[in-house]
Amino acid sequence: MNYRPEELLAVTLAKLIRAVPTAHIAVGAASPIPAAACWLVVKQGDPVRLSLLHKRSGNPFTEGTRELFDLTGQGRIDLFFLGGGEIDGQANLNLIGTGGWPGREVRFPGSFGSAFMYFMAGRTILFREEHSPRVLVKQVANISAPGISEAGVFRRGHAQALVTGRCVFAFHPDRGRFSLASVHPGETVQSIRDMTGFDFDVDGDVPETTPPTDAELALLRSTICDEMLETYPDFCARVFNRKQAA
Amino acid sequence: MTPISLEAMAASVPDGALLALPPDNSLPSVALAKALIRRGARNLRLLGVPVSGFATDILIGAGCVASVQTSAVSLGEAGFAPRFTAALKAGKITIQDATCPAIHTMLQASEKGVPFMPLRGLIGSDILANRPDWRVVESPFGTGEKIVLLPALNPDVAAFHGVMADSHGNIYVGRRRECATLAHASKRALVTVERVIEANFLEDERMAPGTINATYISAFAIAARGARPAALLDEYGFDADYVATYARAAKTDAGFADWCAEHVFESQAVAAE
Repeated sequence: MNYRPEELLAVTLAKLIRAVPTAHIAVGAASPIPAAACWLVVKQGDPVRLSLLHKRSGNPFTEGTRELFDLTGQGRIDLFFLGGGEIDGQANLNLIGTGGWPGREVRFPGSFGSAFMYFMAGRTILFREEHSPRVLVKQVANISAPGISEAGVFRRGHAQALVTGRCVFAFHPDRGRFSLASVHPGETVQSIRDMTGFDFDVDGDVPETTPPTDAELALLRSTICDEMLETYPDFCARVFNRKQAA
Repeated sequence: MTPISLEAMAASVPDGALLALPPDNSLPSVALAKALIRRGARNLRLLGVPVSGFATDILIGAGCVASVQTSAVSLGEAGFAPRFTAALKAGKITIQDATCPAIHTMLQASEKGVPFMPLRGLIGSDILANRPDWRVVESPFGTGEKIVLLPALNPDVAAFHGVMADSHGNIYVGRRRECATLAHASKRALVTVERVIEANFLEDERMAPGTINATYISAFAIAARGARPAALLDEYGFDADYVATYARAAKTDAGFADWCAEHVFESQAVAAE
């Protein structure tokens, strides 16, 4: 294998971005791999506008941090990324914690904008590197943001997919369930079942996730690393072995 | 308008105040947070606008805080906020969870002087289920849409760090306009700055859009590098090493106490000499 797991994930996310017409993507704080995926789409020539929330120089928002939410409320953000300390089979997200409210066993940082963005972005790609029964659970302990909504509640978008360190799931809001879309090299349907706390659908043969091409890897390691160095110095040092100049 | 001392500013924040603080990417006054620790502030009710970071964690660690309303508490790449996590687990603080746009909306209601404002999303979230002060109504405009109403939120004190004040007490914060909303929505705004400039920013077309009018500012104090370790616009960057060192030290009560002695009390004594 001539690539790192993070690079496979970035390339996989980029394919999901390009699978749907996308004009404007917003990327939040602790999201270096989704940010790398967005830069890949841009550097491959797609005319996508990127709004990177935590970029210090050239931050896109001039009306304050509320502007992202106002934009999203209007429907001007086509794609957002979310994760979760727990994610369940109905695509509910828990960023609060395990045990009773407000996270009596293990407290997570909190919900950030998820309880709004998940409803109002055109679509959401769920991303969590750790794929284990403690993260992918049958039912989340606390719901920060629900995967589907009842009638009478305005909702513009849902999860498009859930990408983990082991596989890609597609989400089907009509039936409120995930299906297995591809497994990363080294994984099987059974190994995914063993490591997943929720039940999911398997429709026919499940392909292996396509590995990165040399061209994709070259882009990630050069110009995309350049773009990300200021915002994600630790990530760039770890994955691309590049340190920011002092 | 003339600057007051940082310690006088800290003394003017009463115990029990609802104190609104921006997070690490949004001009926190870490200098004032440290001064509040030195003055032994107690029972502060912190509001994260819209989330909470380093300043909140050190105030909690020093025992200054009774409760936090926020959408998240985090040290960014350095991970979970250790003193917040420990204090919550020990039952020393309570948390009222929100989501970022809800906090903005509640402050915007105060800014407009209206009692509440609607916000989409939220329905089906346990955040809403744990907020008896938030209400779901059906749109009165006949669409049948269910929507959440949020009450106006009017902090006792807003605290943040601007780049500079001018001779009239106008404060320059550049594009961080959330500090303006915060100042508009709060009873008092206390601001630390790097320096004071002989000028009137409101007379300068290039400065005025990034300036908060002195009307909204109760007092300002000079605190060089007052956002540290957070970044300040194009003046200085985020000090990731400082926060990582803190995150390691603050894993334990004793580690935090040592960190606090060195970085909150001793460093002040040196600066005052």
